[in-house]
Amino acid sequence: MTTKRAVDITVKVNGKEHFAAVEPRLLLVHFIREHLALTGTHIGCDTTNCGACTVLLDGRAVKSCTLFTVQADGRELRTIEGVGNSSALHPLQEGFKEKHGLQCGFCTPGMIMSACALLEKKPHPTEEDIRWGISGNLCRCTGYQNIVKAVQYAAEKMSASASQA
Amino acid sequence: MLAKTLPEIGGMGHPIKRKEDLRFIQGKGNYIDDVQLPGMIYGHMVRSPYAHARITAIRTEEAKKLPGVLAVITGEDLAKANLAWMPTLFHDKQMVLATGKVLFQSQEVAFVVAEDRYTAADAADLVEIDYEELPVLIDPHKSQDSDAPILREDREEKSNLIFHWEVGDRAATDQAMKSAPVTAKVNAFFPRCHPAPLETCGCVIDFNSATGKLTAWITSQAPHAHRTVFALVAGLPEQNIRVISPDIGGGFGNKVPVYPGYVCAAVAALTVGRPVKWIETRSENLQSTGFARDYHMEAELAADKEGRLKALRVKTLADHGAFNAAAQPTKFPAGLFSICTGSYDFSSAFCEVDGVYTNKAPGGIAYRCSFRVTEAAYLIERAMDVLAQELKLDPVELRRKNFIPPEKFPYSSPLGWSYDSGNYQGALDLALERIGYNDLRKEQAEKRERGELMGIGISSFTEIVGAGPSHTFDILGLKMFDSAELRVHPTGKAIMRMGTKSQGQGHETTYAQIVAQELGIPAADVAIEEGDTDTAPYGLGTYASRSTPTSGAAAALAARKVREKARKIAAHLLEVSEEDLEWEPGKFSVKGAPGKSKTIQEIAFAAYTNFPQGMEPGLEAVHYYDPPNLTFPFGTYIAVVDIDKGTGEVKVRRFVAVDDCGNIINPMIVEGQVHGGLTEGLAIAFMQEISYDESGNIQGGTFMDYLVPTAVETPHWETGHTCTPSPHHPFGAKGVGESPNVGSPAAFVNAVVDALSHLGVKHIDMPLSPWKIWQILKDKGVTQ
Amino acid sequence: MIPKAFDYCRPKTLPEAISLLQQHGDAAKILSGGESLIPMMKMRLAQPEYLIDINQISGLEYIKEEDGYLKIGALTREADLEASDLIRSKYPLILDTAFSIADPQVRNLATVGGNLAHGDPANDHPATMLALNAEVVATGPNGERSIPIKEFFVSLFTTALQPNEILTEIRIPAPPAKSGGAYFKLERKVGDFATVGVAAQVAVDAKGVCQQAGIGLTNAGGTPIKAEKAEEFLRGKPLDDGNISQAASLAADDAHPSSDLRGPAEYKISMVRELTKRALTKAVNRASQER
Repeated sequence: MTTKRAVDITVKVNGKEHFAAVEPRLLLVHFIREHLALTGTHIGCDTTNCGACTVLLDGRAVKSCTLFTVQADGRELRTIEGVGNSSALHPLQEGFKEKHGLQCGFCTPGMIMSACALLEKKPHPTEEDIRWGISGNLCRCTGYQNIVKAVQYAAEKMSASASQA
Repeated sequence: MLAKTLPEIGGMGHPIKRKEDLRFIQGKGNYIDDVQLPGMIYGHMVRSPYAHARITAIRTEEAKKLPGVLAVITGEDLAKANLAWMPTLFHDKQMVLATGKVLFQSQEVAFVVAEDRYTAADAADLVEIDYEELPVLIDPHKSQDSDAPILREDREEKSNLIFHWEVGDRAATDQAMKSAPVTAKVNAFFPRCHPAPLETCGCVIDFNSATGKLTAWITSQAPHAHRTVFALVAGLPEQNIRVISPDIGGGFGNKVPVYPGYVCAAVAALTVGRPVKWIETRSENLQSTGFARDYHMEAELAADKEGRLKALRVKTLADHGAFNAAAQPTKFPAGLFSICTGSYDFSSAFCEVDGVYTNKAPGGIAYRCSFRVTEAAYLIERAMDVLAQELKLDPVELRRKNFIPPEKFPYSSPLGWSYDSGNYQGALDLALERIGYNDLRKEQAEKRERGELMGIGISSFTEIVGAGPSHTFDILGLKMFDSAELRVHPTGKAIMRMGTKSQGQGHETTYAQIVAQELGIPAADVAIEEGDTDTAPYGLGTYASRSTPTSGAAAALAARKVREKARKIAAHLLEVSEEDLEWEPGKFSVKGAPGKSKTIQEIAFAAYTNFPQGMEPGLEAVHYYDPPNLTFPFGTYIAVVDIDKGTGEVKVRRFVAVDDCGNIINPMIVEGQVHGGLTEGLAIAFMQEISYDESGNIQGGTFMDYLVPTAVETPHWETGHTCTPSPHHPFGAKGVGESPNVGSPAAFVNAVVDALSHLGVKHIDMPLSPWKIWQILKDKGVTQ
Repeated sequence: MIPKAFDYCRPKTLPEAISLLQQHGDAAKILSGGESLIPMMKMRLAQPEYLIDINQISGLEYIKEEDGYLKIGALTREADLEASDLIRSKYPLILDTAFSIADPQVRNLATVGGNLAHGDPANDHPATMLALNAEVVATGPNGERSIPIKEFFVSLFTTALQPNEILTEIRIPAPPAKSGGAYFKLERKVGDFATVGVAAQVAVDAKGVCQQAGIGLTNAGGTPIKAEKAEEFLRGKPLDDGNISQAASLAADDAHPSSDLRGPAEYKISMVRELTKRALTKAVNRASQER
């Protein structure tokens, strides 16, 4: 058997602690999808180009296909499943629906995670900021224009609710 | 125009938000790789590193020894079950796993099955295959040379020619060419490209040995056709095969064919007795599944001195790769390529196509395209600009002079099509106005004085979609109808099942809007289901912009059947005769007594509780729609580009797309389709190509080199519409999904050539890479 | 794509990491950002038996000015360079470069040290560090040593690092007043490796005469290239269009790219010239805006 010594890890995913013994070569995206059954994180390529597997690692957007699970030991992950739900959609989720920012939906979770990280850093992004901010995520359906609008929608909504608070 | 329903009904024309989005934005879609079954195991394909080689030995022992490996299947194994080859969708056959020799790099040679995907990958490395390299045929122009290797030894004809096909009047066209005062010619290559949907192809196949039922989850744009193919190929009874297309992460034509991986996974499921998952990697997807285009075209136009077109002559060499796996259901080997007369009124035309084999991946699928209309539209729109240059006419003027005028519709083209409706001038005028054409031409002249390079490119394309009428279409004999099965529940809510399958087009929303339009049941109350062959009515699937023209029509007609029954029930409830009732969306009222009415919801309840004596209870209808003709959407696209003289980089400054797809179901979704298709057109025009080196090694076989534009390269798209309904479609729609991909490449190339036309440049082949532009600038002495 | 199995080690200290390197020799690879290594492992082009993950070693992520140098810890992420006020205000060349690397997600993991230690002429920081005359600090069993960047890139994917050494710091001599730099990268799309790239750094005197010039070339040959003839030519000359143009031609003379899908060699050489012009012009502009 080529499997090497498994490594014990603890990782917090969407606020919940998980303990696992994983083979060192297990890619983080497979751990998320298959061990945790969080299938909203997708795989669209094998060369770190498409960004469909984007998750937040300690708040930073990363491509989970280019990270070993062991590297997430002791750290915190956020996936699309931790962003919002039907009864309380995240403004970005709402924006994607309102502005028709998705078609097949395959790139959407990764796009939303990248946009999450972008708005964290830049709450009032220009169109150019948004386009560069999602430049690590490929979409084959939308031509990005409505994705840009979706992110703008969320930015406005989030800053409005921040100023109310 | 159609009567507009209230927003809360959400019939046609309302930009209602998509019903399917709620699951996708939460990561709750159910795509193929999300399908998880108890005891599921994984397949991994072993592929050929060579483009053409004899297989002299395959040793699987080491792979089989690896713990966790359950089976290694080779072509020889499949041959025993008569499954080493399978039919393609266009009168050829292709290898499932190679026997004897391989014909393209990345060809499927063995299939490893293991407990998990990591073990399967390790085992694949342990399969040892001995190859003896053979001479490689890459250039299709050399395929008929006497020293060319014959690739398909399995065929009786010892030739690399697959077909020669011609259409039109050769003699009249030749004569017109000879006598014309002006002719123009362009040789245009439409490179091999790939749909590259963000989700790759894959399947999960489960065989229940107790019931004998095979359930196949497949990323299929045509699940019913796939079921029939499985039945024919594997000899299984069709009722024992269930194909389920789960959510699909984009298709664009890539997910129409049946791929070797599906067959291998089925064989593995049967032999190992456990469900098998096989998911391609991106690189496998690009390197082995259905490519598109690869047409080497030549067009000649004849005209008089004023620029009135006389004739079109087209000669094309089609590179099909190792097998003719063109996923096209027309009765013509080059599909609908004979739409190449485009938007223009020709008195004669002739078109011939030779299809040949080469040592490349098979395919020739309709990538966001109605079976070669993309190649055709590109060719004629390119040729028009070359002729305009020849005549020193503004490309707008040349087009205006030659458009088929609105009064000539239905128009019979010299290559045999009957165009349903069109107003090409209208779309052109709107596009010119939006872009500010005259000012741009002025700006261009000023810039030229200063040595700056700017270009304006126009494409006034016409489309041919809605496959298709049974007289011109079939897949393995299956006619190209499509279907809808509508059931209204007692509470007035409804479910409709369709023969198509959305891959992002928003069917769950748009079909519901058709029902809302026809019955007044709010779109929100109509559930749409597709993709499960056990429950959905038979249909040929979603591609080539056919869903709205075919299944959309079926949906409307099924709803009208329901409405007719509802009328009878309403008459019974209101105690009047049917003729005394008038319909407005959502209710029947007694003529002259508007207070006396029954809503569709009340009628639905009555259909189960208080129906007239002798009437069948229930409120449902099925419709199978065989379209009488194709539909012909059209439009004018205008691109404005600036060229960086130093680097050869092209920037698309503006792009206006005016589409006419007849009546629109959901303008928001149509606009989204246009944005997406334009972005794919941009990619094809400027950055995408799958090419091969002399040894047959694939170039551009990963996302590192097969370039998908990001949000940064993608310009802001400006859209507009004119509306010329289809006269033969139940609600006057035409289909739009592929128009932007069909119409835009010519606009981009025309713009770049226009920017360089004063230097004598007449044509540049796609992709318009910076280095290519730079090379031209250098040759013309414009740059160092 | 699935990497081959390996054993994973996660040292907490530098000496621990170095001793693991000594123990496993060529069978081991250092994992920092992993954004070059993991893709290669997935394609099975790299098949290390041991992966030594240095990300838990503290004290290797910093950006600071000290002893006349800008010091960047090897584990500093590209995104941290982009976010650093120090980099943003004083080192435009480094900022340009960091921003041009791959995409936002990759930059959140990719490290400056890894970008250099990978020894890939297509990476962007090598050219920049060549233009800035940086030094690379390597830490091995016998402690630290400093390697001038000019001597660091040996051949394709090979650097002057010994098998038992880890790149721990990059030192950039503090630029004099009136310095400026710029990085120009020609790429087919965002996230692509450079067709070619040019990093330029200049320092001018009050009259605009060049005091220092550094020019580095990305993806213009088998290793990252320092365009020394062009640098030398510029020193002591006014940085006008004519001199910039001549320097650009000299830089192009040093380029030895090969033809590939990004274009023929001839094009790339010409692009070195074009981008050198643009990078120098911008560098000069930035320098003259400096106080």
